Amino acid sequence: MNNDKLIIGGHEFNSRFILGSGKYSMKLIEAAVKDAGAEIITLAVRRANTKEQESILDYIPKGITLLPNTSGARNAEEAVRIARLARELGCGNFVKIEIMRDSKYLLPDNAETVKATEILANEGFVVMPYMYPDLNTARDLVNAGAASVMPLASPIGSNKGLATKEFIQILIDEIDLPIIVDAGIGRPSQACEAMEMGAAAIMANTALATAGDLPMMAAAFRQAIEAGRKAYLSGLGRVLTRGASASDPLTGFLRD
Amino acid sequence: MVRVNGQELNIAGKTVAEYLATTNYDIRRIAVERNGDIVSKVKYDETVLHDGDSIEVVSFVGGG
Repeated sequence: MNNDKLIIGGHEFNSRFILGSGKYSMKLIEAAVKDAGAEIITLAVRRANTKEQESILDYIPKGITLLPNTSGARNAEEAVRIARLARELGCGNFVKIEIMRDSKYLLPDNAETVKATEILANEGFVVMPYMYPDLNTARDLVNAGAASVMPLASPIGSNKGLATKEFIQILIDEIDLPIIVDAGIGRPSQACEAMEMGAAAIMANTALATAGDLPMMAAAFRQAIEAGRKAYLSGLGRVLTRGASASDPLTGFLRD
Repeated sequence: MVRVNGQELNIAGKTVAEYLATTNYDIRRIAVERNGDIVSKVKYDETVLHDGDSIEVVSFVGGG
């Protein structure tokens, strides 16, 4: 497992758990990062507040890769603008593209996401686009220069799990980039299942932010993701179409 | 007037650096955009704000 690295845009990571930082106290971030074993954490860009002196950056442990998102963007142009501002904030060149026109279901706009990916990849960003799991779009994202593809499992913040399972599996099977399941994963068991399917990593925020004990849930996700990864690398046992198969010897019974 | 993060301010004629000095912003933690273009930190001193300019001052917050 020591050689089992997650590689995104030429950068190597040991952890396959990408942590969100939204909707919970900055004071919990350090514990969450530690218990999650996370090496990447997402952030959003917003208008700066003149009254608040505290910065979330002060709470993120050193050595963690920051993954700013483009939340709030409604089209490619706005996403590009937010990504450039994020890079100007001086914390690297990773960006998670997130473009939504729809405010009810918060579904990503795949076409605009492809456009923004191409522009930002050409500007040297490590582009990680959040998308609705569609094979054609995923292929377009590969051609546009994406460093990974981040399909949603179910609507953002819903904790509903792998509603798009079949389509994520198609991406895993067909796309030669890390497939990182993002949005909707609510339970460690769902994260584990996605990893068993061959997902490269899991991104979670709401599942932790709405849990009873955030750091403990972070640890639970970490273990689930590691378990799922090991199961995937091991190769799952086969499933019988029908009937049964004894686990015990069929000879030497104490009866004849 | 100059529009900063949606608020009209009477700061035309000041440089970005002069305006920021009147605020509580932590310069290390913000990025500035003027009329859609990023103003890099090294340009704060020489960038003069004009009447009608639109400025965005942004920082990182928690997010997914």
